[in-house]
Amino acid sequence: MSDVQQAVPRGGHPEAAAKFVANDARAHWHDQALWWVRKKRDVASAAVPDWEALRDAAAAIKAHTLSRLADYVEEFERKATALGAHVYFARDAADHNAIVHRILSERGVTKLVKSKSMLTEECHLNPYLEARGIEVTDTDLGERIVQLRHEPPSHIVLPAIHLKKEEIGELFHEQLGTEKGASDPKYLTEAARQHLRQRFLQAGAGLTGVNFAVAETGGVVVCTNEGNADMGTTLPPIHVACMGVEKLIPRRQDLPVFLRLLARSATGQPVTTYTTHFHGPRREGELHIVIVDNGRSAQLKDKVFRRSLACIRCGACMNTCPVFRRSGGYSYGWIVPGPIGVILAPGRDAAAHRTLPFASSLCGSCSDVCPVRIDLHHEILAWRQEIVRRGLLPWRKRAGMKLVGWVLRFGWLYRLAGWLARRLVPALPRGLVYARWNGWGRQRELPPMPRETFRQLYRRHRGEHQP
Amino acid sequence: MLTVGLFIPCYIEQIYPNVGLATLRLLEGHGVRAEYVEGQTCCGQPMANSGCAADAAPLAQKFLRLFRGYEYVVAPSGSCVSMVRNHYEPLLAGQPGFDHLKRSTFELCEFLVDVLKVAKIEGRFPHKVGLHQSCHGLRELRLAAGSERRIPPFDKVRLLLQELEGIELVELTRPDECCGFGGTFAVNEEAVSCMMGRDRVADHERAGAEIITAIDMSCLMHMDGLIRRDRKRLRIMHVAEVLAEAEAAA
Repeated sequence: MSDVQQAVPRGGHPEAAAKFVANDARAHWHDQALWWVRKKRDVASAAVPDWEALRDAAAAIKAHTLSRLADYVEEFERKATALGAHVYFARDAADHNAIVHRILSERGVTKLVKSKSMLTEECHLNPYLEARGIEVTDTDLGERIVQLRHEPPSHIVLPAIHLKKEEIGELFHEQLGTEKGASDPKYLTEAARQHLRQRFLQAGAGLTGVNFAVAETGGVVVCTNEGNADMGTTLPPIHVACMGVEKLIPRRQDLPVFLRLLARSATGQPVTTYTTHFHGPRREGELHIVIVDNGRSAQLKDKVFRRSLACIRCGACMNTCPVFRRSGGYSYGWIVPGPIGVILAPGRDAAAHRTLPFASSLCGSCSDVCPVRIDLHHEILAWRQEIVRRGLLPWRKRAGMKLVGWVLRFGWLYRLAGWLARRLVPALPRGLVYARWNGWGRQRELPPMPRETFRQLYRRHRGEHQP
Repeated sequence: MLTVGLFIPCYIEQIYPNVGLATLRLLEGHGVRAEYVEGQTCCGQPMANSGCAADAAPLAQKFLRLFRGYEYVVAPSGSCVSMVRNHYEPLLAGQPGFDHLKRSTFELCEFLVDVLKVAKIEGRFPHKVGLHQSCHGLRELRLAAGSERRIPPFDKVRLLLQELEGIELVELTRPDECCGFGGTFAVNEEAVSCMMGRDRVADHERAGAEIITAIDMSCLMHMDGLIRRDRKRLRIMHVAEVLAEAEAAA
């Protein structure tokens, strides 16, 4: 994780995306890397009989849980406390950071190892702790890479997907002393393991995210592929688990539904390499569970956008999104990019993220891969209405739509406008038609303009064929 | 004789009149009288998809008024049909005739397959064709299973095309990725839109297609704009044009 806060790009998503696209080879490489993950997801999901029924079940469990979230939070707190865990509630990011800092400072912890947690990214925990003298080491390989580069993750499951192995080799050469020019993934991973091993051994506490919290048992479940969460919670005696309040599920028997969906949707694996269940602290250790709201209960109140709280952060919507694959995580300017980010980010700050709901062709692929059946592209469309309702659409676009809408109300006016376009475009000099104002024509030809409209052809056809 | 209301999207009426004519001929060839409803302009999708639902509302009202008397409404566009079927709800809910209109508005291939129960078009089309899956037909109208969902495969558009004599439908590496048109997205996010379009065209080109066809002329207009700018040899044809030409050649 980063010690830099993610900035909303100037000019919003379109400008940042255009910069990304300008490097054609790299943009294609990024697109293909993520499409490969999407295809792995296709294969893995095809191996499960009744995949669609599993999605239905997950969606139903999430909808139910969200409908009585407060009850499940209380049940979870009771059960987790009975198991010996300390449970904290954080209203917002500042609250969360202060709670984590207090837990660490009261116990004299100066070195913290973390496994991947998008929540702590959202709360900007790293810079908060570092400013207070605590050394924070991200131990997920991708997260460690972006942390060493002082960058935020560009993808929630694959944080360093924007980087090529040669760039990582260069970074490790500078920071970890690997051989210059070395880019063999195995070699680099081994170097990272050795480097992280020291950090694990020195740490006074380990922090993890939470994939699922089970109300019935008071247990939390953490899924990783690298075992770094297990190292971080086994070596140091103190485990801090941070979770958004939406991570709750009611019963233990609900868990397999999500575990079967999560890894297959995320990376195309049948299951994450490590799925660890924490029921209270380990012997002579401490378990602190921090439950964070940070805008989630406000989202829960919203009839349309509450459904996105069901998100299990698998990243499948990003991997399938043709826009995300070609614009990169940073173009979104928020910790969760891609289709789900397009919905979540404006919920936090609609003005800052006003271009995001338009960073979609509304193709709907995201909704069809989503393991919990969030109707992502419909929520993206709903956000567009919301952006307009709040007066955040630039006035030119607003006025343009008003004008077009008005012309189309009157048949004669519409026909006149069409006639003018069909006559003028072929008659005007090319330099004028394809001038700067023509956003369509920068890279595309306009369609050929016919002399006659369908209405005219139809009248002639009826004249000839009328019985 | 079954009479249907012919819903010709505004840009087809103005820019691609032959697609409308092919639709008309195809329907007539299958014993349907198709009436072009005078006074129709646009379904309002460009406004609604820009978040300006209020500007789309009068167009939705007008559409209901013009088309509610028909047993069926048929259009050569998946996207515009989806507007009526899936997105008019908040604009027209509860109005007389709206429930009927929503249920009886069909995309052309869907109408041929589901209502007229056409299983095979008698026709000849000896060309290598790439079928572009237009997103709204695919994922909003569910005209095909799609690569994301794990359900038994079906494809109503392909069904009609593959039975044509002499046609060769080429295999794409990404069978249903978006072309990047996306309405105002094509201009708002011009860079990504054009990259998406070029990637789609390249996929068809690599697969050896001479012609790219689709149920939505908007996808084809976008890809054709790139094809012509890049001086590629591919051609575009709406599915209605392919089917009508094939029937005429039979």
